[in-house]
Amino acid sequence: MPRPIPVPDELSKPFWDACNERRLVVQNCTACNRMQYPPEKTCLGCGSGKSLAWREVSGRGRVDDYVVVHDSRLRLWQAEQPYNVALIALEEDPGVLFLSNLPGIPVDQVPVGASVQADFEEVTPGQLLLEWRVVSQPQRPAQRKR
Amino acid sequence: MVTQKGVAAKLYRSKDGLGVWEHRGKVAAVSYGYSPCDRRWDENLEHSLGAYSMIAAKKALEEAGIRLDQVDGVVSAPGPIGEPWAPRPYFAPPYDSEDGISLVTAEWLIKNMGLKNVRFANSEASRGHGQVLGMASQAIGEGLCHTCLVLFPFGNLAGRYSQAGSNARETATGNGQWSMPWGWGAAGAGFAYGFNQYCRKYGVNHDMMAPFVVNLRRNGRMNPMGYYAQHPEEPLTVEDYLASRWVVKPLCLHDADRPVNAAVCFLLTTADRAKDMKLPPVYVLNHNNNNFEARGLTHTAEEMGQFGDIHARRMYEGSGLTPSEVDIFNPYDGFTLFTQYYLDAFGWHGVKKGEALHFYQGDIRVEGPHPFLSSGGNNGTGRTRAAIFTDCIEQLQGRAGPRQVHIKAETAIAGCTMPHTCAWMAFGKYPD
Repeated sequence: MPRPIPVPDELSKPFWDACNERRLVVQNCTACNRMQYPPEKTCLGCGSGKSLAWREVSGRGRVDDYVVVHDSRLRLWQAEQPYNVALIALEEDPGVLFLSNLPGIPVDQVPVGASVQADFEEVTPGQLLLEWRVVSQPQRPAQRKR
Repeated sequence: MVTQKGVAAKLYRSKDGLGVWEHRGKVAAVSYGYSPCDRRWDENLEHSLGAYSMIAAKKALEEAGIRLDQVDGVVSAPGPIGEPWAPRPYFAPPYDSEDGISLVTAEWLIKNMGLKNVRFANSEASRGHGQVLGMASQAIGEGLCHTCLVLFPFGNLAGRYSQAGSNARETATGNGQWSMPWGWGAAGAGFAYGFNQYCRKYGVNHDMMAPFVVNLRRNGRMNPMGYYAQHPEEPLTVEDYLASRWVVKPLCLHDADRPVNAAVCFLLTTADRAKDMKLPPVYVLNHNNNNFEARGLTHTAEEMGQFGDIHARRMYEGSGLTPSEVDIFNPYDGFTLFTQYYLDAFGWHGVKKGEALHFYQGDIRVEGPHPFLSSGGNNGTGRTRAAIFTDCIEQLQGRAGPRQVHIKAETAIAGCTMPHTCAWMAFGKYPD
């Protein structure tokens, strides 16, 4: 499946380098002990520009919720419609969210609340992309109308 | 007269604890004018955004009985909203740049209408259609001008929005590297995600939106400035809404406002001057312009609920109104899936947290006891972002025609746009 390939920049390079080593890292502010993703030049919690360090995290999370894209503005994704995009809440801090297509999960059958584990997919030679895989279903899958 | 950069930020009210607005009741909205509301520009220069802006401004002046030489302020939220005209070749002046075609600045309007006495002009709020009314109100209150045109141009050219540029590339750079590889690129995706969270939290569902959207379109068909009044279609039904295609589930096509090519222009002045104009004044009781950051990739329902609370708190503080004293309530509905945060937060007609979608099941018609969004909103009139404000003025002046509410109409609150970036106005039939 062709996807837009991430192009690391000075700020994001540590994240993408870690992905290539199959590790998940996020910024952590040592001044206010707050994690943030995506990376920023300053801590959005306390404003510090000198206290941000990269921290490796467990790679465990939970499916917070999801949408199903039927009309994407992204040309490369239009052939894949409809497709799932889930928001994953990090175990260490559920306020830190990641995007995922949850490979293998049928369209619109995303198990909200399920436990997930970080995984990495090669999207172009030399670049792995963070993905997430369901490892256990929620006890009571959420039911939704239409 | 050209925009002095940095002035706008000094004129916004954007904090807690500012107290009742110091110019409450001393500034008034008197009139507004509107152009034809087209689906797209047809490349006829007489239908350009610039030409439509002049039509709207002239009507606003005529309605109030004001001459060109009496105008000393012009503020515009110039745009652009959609795509630029370039790289296609431009036309002869005054259409020899984007200004007048895909956007309209205050400076363009001043030059082309021949406004000679303008001493305050501003075009800094590029998409700040809520912000400019507050900016003009504060400018009048502070004496920077006394009679101000406030322009809402809203362009829509041929073709779909946002299909080219970075969205058509095979690489994801800048902020796009955190979203595009996973296909996060549909209009309103973040609000759809937040809506799902909201539904799970409060035990409601998307089907419950149907009566709300159907009523918006009904109100919009009674609003002559809007797209659906000028281009009548079969009335939207609950069945139509429920059968609508998804854009990004749970956001369907009818949850999104319709882009249009149109302009609306308001006339604001001092309360003293307004008394001598052709229409009764509607007094400005407060304005606020609030911007918030999400913690992460997108706004969660919890965050948007918190933003709503801050909007409400600041508007009630600055206007001196309480929830039970607000007669007309026109919050933004450009995507209908976030309007519930405003209703829950402002507590209009007793709505409490999580009750908005239940409120939609009641009688929200303009003839009924709870005439919510009597304007028709953006959803019911097209994406001018203006109907929510024009309706407040008309309702308080008692000239909303078939949309005139049957309940008391002496105070009004309206705001746009989205929960993380919304600017508000409070109006009163009386200055105190």
